[in-house]
Amino acid sequence: MAESHGGAKGPAAAAHTEADGGHHGGGFPPFESSTYASQLVSLGIFFVVLYVVVSKLALPKVGGAIEARQNKIEGDLAEAQKLKDQSEAALKAYESELAAARARAQAIGNESRDKANAQADAERKALEEQLAAKLAGAEKTIASTRATAMSNVRAIAADSAAQIVQQLTGVVPDAASVNAAVDASLKG
Amino acid sequence: MKIDPIHQFNIEPLFTLGHIGNQTIAFTNSSLYMLIAVAIISLLMLASGAQLVPGRLQSVAEISYEFVASTIRSTAGSEGMKFFPLIFSLFMFICVSNLIGIIPYTFTISSHLIVTAALALLVFFTVLIYGVAKNGLKFFSIFVPHGVPGYILPLVMFIEVLSFFLRPVSHSVRLFANMLAGHIALKVFAGFVAMLGFSLGALGWVGGVLPLALTVALYALEILVAFLQAYVFAILTCIYLNDAIHPGH
Repeated sequence: MAESHGGAKGPAAAAHTEADGGHHGGGFPPFESSTYASQLVSLGIFFVVLYVVVSKLALPKVGGAIEARQNKIEGDLAEAQKLKDQSEAALKAYESELAAARARAQAIGNESRDKANAQADAERKALEEQLAAKLAGAEKTIASTRATAMSNVRAIAADSAAQIVQQLTGVVPDAASVNAAVDASLKG
Repeated sequence: MKIDPIHQFNIEPLFTLGHIGNQTIAFTNSSLYMLIAVAIISLLMLASGAQLVPGRLQSVAEISYEFVASTIRSTAGSEGMKFFPLIFSLFMFICVSNLIGIIPYTFTISSHLIVTAALALLVFFTVLIYGVAKNGLKFFSIFVPHGVPGYILPLVMFIEVLSFFLRPVSHSVRLFANMLAGHIALKVFAGFVAMLGFSLGALGWVGGVLPLALTVALYALEILVAFLQAYVFAILTCIYLNDAIHPGH
């Protein structure tokens, strides 16, 4: 097939074949062996160029970009996780500190209440003792005053009795018998 | 008006590079489209920036990267990542050149068997050489499946060996035939529209709506095929390489 119009395949025929497509009607271009060498050489050159560009430049570049993005995303996620952990730890620390502070406040409250109670008790006791002492002193005074008063009463009674007897009888009674009479009536 | 669905596959030399023996080595339209494909891939992969938050172009580059990488990992395991540059180059080269070829008046590199065959043979010899270099004679255990009764083993081995050596054929013809047939079908249906219009006048233009609709539908299908065939080529490459990496399976 190729031989029948092989002449048309020369470089000079390029413009000519474009204008006259019918010229090729009989041949089937994919089976024209005269074009094989040119195609193979071109394919060899361009495919090798493509392979070199792809393997040395394109794939490392694009793969690097993808990997960099992947690393960035993973790094960001790790960072976010770290920050989250930190905030959780901070929250936990805050809560435990709050609980400790609460416990401390309660302890301080209890302690001060106990102390105040104890102080109040001590003061009350001291006051009571003081009062008891004063009471005891007052009772003693009362008792002594009464005793004094009682002894005075006897003297007054003896005097009064002597006066009364003198008034009634005109005789001054014997002091000793007056006293004995007073004592007997006091006892009586 | 004559439809010439084959014309689009013509190789037009643009200028001569030199001679090897009696063969003229020319820079052809095919070479030009290879150059364009390589330039587009390089531009996409290199000029798209490496931002933390990717832009559109960078997203496309990264999606391509991840797509090929995950294809390799799922079919050939993480050891297959050794061949990442090769498979990525193959996939992107075929995908981009197929997608360029979809544009009207452009040339499709992979519509030529010699190109797809060269790529398939590249894969074939990579598998063979790497397989033997890594596993030694154990590599040839891929021809001996487990659990096959002894009396049919020779037959099974014969079929396995045959299928192994036919791999580059199916690998290349699949891509070539898909692209060739798709482009011919597109051209034929699109040609119908013009042919009907020019030969039947107003009635023809109205009647041309049907082949036009078909052309649109076919065009959408061809965009899918352009991508899919590149993917199929790449995933078959992964599966073949998997044999070289893990010959025990």
